[in-house]
Amino acid sequence: MEQPMPSETSFLARLRTALSCFTGALASPDFCRRVAALLRPAQAPAQPNPVALPPERLQASGLAVLSLLQREGRLIDFLQEDMAAFSDAEIGAAARVVHAGCRKAFAENFTLEPALKDAEGATITVPAGFDAQRIRLTGNVAGQPPFRGTLKHHGWVATAVKLPTVSEALDPRVIAAAEVEL
Amino acid sequence: MSTYAIGIDLGTTNSAVSYFKLAEAEARGGAQTMLGIPQLTSVGTVEEKLLLPSFLYLPNEQEFPAGSLALPWDKQRKERVVGEFARAHGSKVPMRLVASAKSWLCHAGVDRLSAILPWQAPADVPRISPLDAAAHYLAHLRETWDHQFPEDLLAKQDVVLTVPASFDAAARDLTLKAAQQAGLPNITLIEEPQAAFYAWLEQMGEGFRKQVQPGDVVLVVDVGGGTTDFSLIAVTSKDGDVALTRVAVGDHILLGGDNMDLALAHTVNQRLAAEGKKLDLWQFNALTFACRQAKEHLFAEATLHNAPVVVPGRGSSLVGGTIKAELNRDELTRVLTDGFFPKSAVTELPQSARRTGLAQMALPYAQDAGVTRHLAAFLTRQARAMATAHDAPVKVEGKTFVHPTAVLFNGGAFKATPLKDRVLEVLNAWLAADGGQPAKELAGAELDLAVARGAAYYGWVRHGHGLRIRGGTARAYYVGVETAMPAVPGMEPPVKALCVAPFGMEEGTQADVPPQEFGLVVGEPTRFRFFASSLRRDDRVGVMLEDVAGNDELEEVAPIETTLPAQHDNEGKLVPVNLQAVVTEIGTLELRCLEKGGPGKWKLELNVRMKE
Repeated sequence: MEQPMPSETSFLARLRTALSCFTGALASPDFCRRVAALLRPAQAPAQPNPVALPPERLQASGLAVLSLLQREGRLIDFLQEDMAAFSDAEIGAAARVVHAGCRKAFAENFTLEPALKDAEGATITVPAGFDAQRIRLTGNVAGQPPFRGTLKHHGWVATAVKLPTVSEALDPRVIAAAEVEL
Repeated sequence: MSTYAIGIDLGTTNSAVSYFKLAEAEARGGAQTMLGIPQLTSVGTVEEKLLLPSFLYLPNEQEFPAGSLALPWDKQRKERVVGEFARAHGSKVPMRLVASAKSWLCHAGVDRLSAILPWQAPADVPRISPLDAAAHYLAHLRETWDHQFPEDLLAKQDVVLTVPASFDAAARDLTLKAAQQAGLPNITLIEEPQAAFYAWLEQMGEGFRKQVQPGDVVLVVDVGGGTTDFSLIAVTSKDGDVALTRVAVGDHILLGGDNMDLALAHTVNQRLAAEGKKLDLWQFNALTFACRQAKEHLFAEATLHNAPVVVPGRGSSLVGGTIKAELNRDELTRVLTDGFFPKSAVTELPQSARRTGLAQMALPYAQDAGVTRHLAAFLTRQARAMATAHDAPVKVEGKTFVHPTAVLFNGGAFKATPLKDRVLEVLNAWLAADGGQPAKELAGAELDLAVARGAAYYGWVRHGHGLRIRGGTARAYYVGVETAMPAVPGMEPPVKALCVAPFGMEEGTQADVPPQEFGLVVGEPTRFRFFASSLRRDDRVGVMLEDVAGNDELEEVAPIETTLPAQHDNEGKLVPVNLQAVVTEIGTLELRCLEKGGPGKWKLELNVRMKE
């Protein structure tokens, strides 16, 4: 939306416009008709006002990641498709497209490392004062640390995130535009 | 004084920039810094990548939402998209896509200054010239640099721009003009295979001495996205140290890695068509992409017999619309390894009709896809040329072709080890048959980015550090002189060629003035035909070759012309002049007219508008 220039909405400017309307309407029937049209409540405006976007705007980076994964690896198409009717071989073929594309996009935008460096299946010690953000305890959680346990999943931590810069001019809700071939 | 030496690889399909901080005053080794290049990767989305695809998209006014083509340094941008998004979107709208501008820039069959691209675009699509397109890529790189280094604007730095070794004087001149148009007034040119060699030198550091010794002849095989380029670099010893001389360059061959992926896609497409599956343009592009991935997969894993090739459905139904095929190893070997790198004999030359007669309109793609046959032609022709030259830098006595002792590969195509192995296998078979020793690979080259990196390093070498590759111009240049003979209907008078610049002229030197005089009429345009030879190493200035028409050692370059400006009332007066050639510091060739017995001096311009 174009912002009105401040000089057009200052008090003096508004007063000047109001007086012009008053004198103009008295002097010219045509001008009066045009002002009267403006005073009636608008019926079906030719251009709908763009819907305000604050919630989407707040989530724009999340939507941009979806857009990226759809663009590079067709992830949204894959998730939105009903798999019931297809054979494993068909799904497998499509999964290669999704995997190859998303993997590349992912590698370019995120750097990940395991939360714990040990091999999965190894017996490890969880010390007192462990980082409860990075380590989740399961099974027989009783007593006080240090705990002994088996590493079932090494977890993932993003060490670097480099998201594409998306223009403010774009509606972030559009994850993929429709394509019309002419 | 510039702070950085910057190398720009302006490639046929990808461009890249590397930079060298001069104050650090030592070779960068393996850590050759690259410039991240922000570019549109989708509508309204800017990402930074090391490669800028050399594609330009000319959008329709209503095609994209307002503000969505903005770049970090230009929020108002609304036309001319460069880079990844141009390439990706342009493949779906080919009539608005400018591709391979660099190949057009060296195509003498078209007017390279007029707006002809996109080639054969409909009337309502805006068009631009090959020169404008090249300037546009360079401008994007300049803007990128200036945005990241506002204290050290690119126009004020030492910029080295790479050109194929096979670029002739006209194409080099145009590259220079493109740089000037892009706001880079001070640049130096370097040949791409040399740049690749410099990158390798910098990477190896002093360790390079273990890999090459005096007496070695290094063959650089550079297969880029769209072109194949050969150079020979001789290693000699001079004053107790190693000296490097670029001794020969090959012809311009429009054949590259992109052709290879296309060939694979056509092969798989034929099989799909036989199964009744017809692909549209979009699907074919996706197939080409998938074939490239399958190729990389098969080349990387020697034990695999086949790799899947999946073309996703274009609609939102991904699984339902997917077409699946596979590429097997036999096909890959047949189409790529044998098709592009056949095990041919050194006597087997490319099956090509050299361009003759009418100006050819579309790009003059190589007629023969056999890179090894082009290589054989290069090595045998150069051996013949060196055998007759009086001080050939490489000994060729008793050999049927120049024997390289080492090979440096460059270009993404050679990420595939089997292709490098094949080149070495074929070359070594030739060498064995000709009584030579096998050539070894100079290992450790970075294939995609070496040209930009080596160019930046060369910027530093020019300040007097490290080893410099000598060699000068790789061609001798000639001016056409019409012989006077009585007019015979239907017979063109034979044209002789006068040598004005000998082979191997160093940068910043001027040639002798040949004694031949020409009469120029003041105020009237004068035009000379202009020829080059990469084979005639011994011709001195003033040598006259009979009848250019029958001489296959000469290649015609764009004509040169000038108009002597009229002063006082000398219009129409005949002025006797001599011609003199100069190789500028930046690596371009300049021709001058010198007034005989007078102070007059005029520059001749290469006319690249159209070869007649």
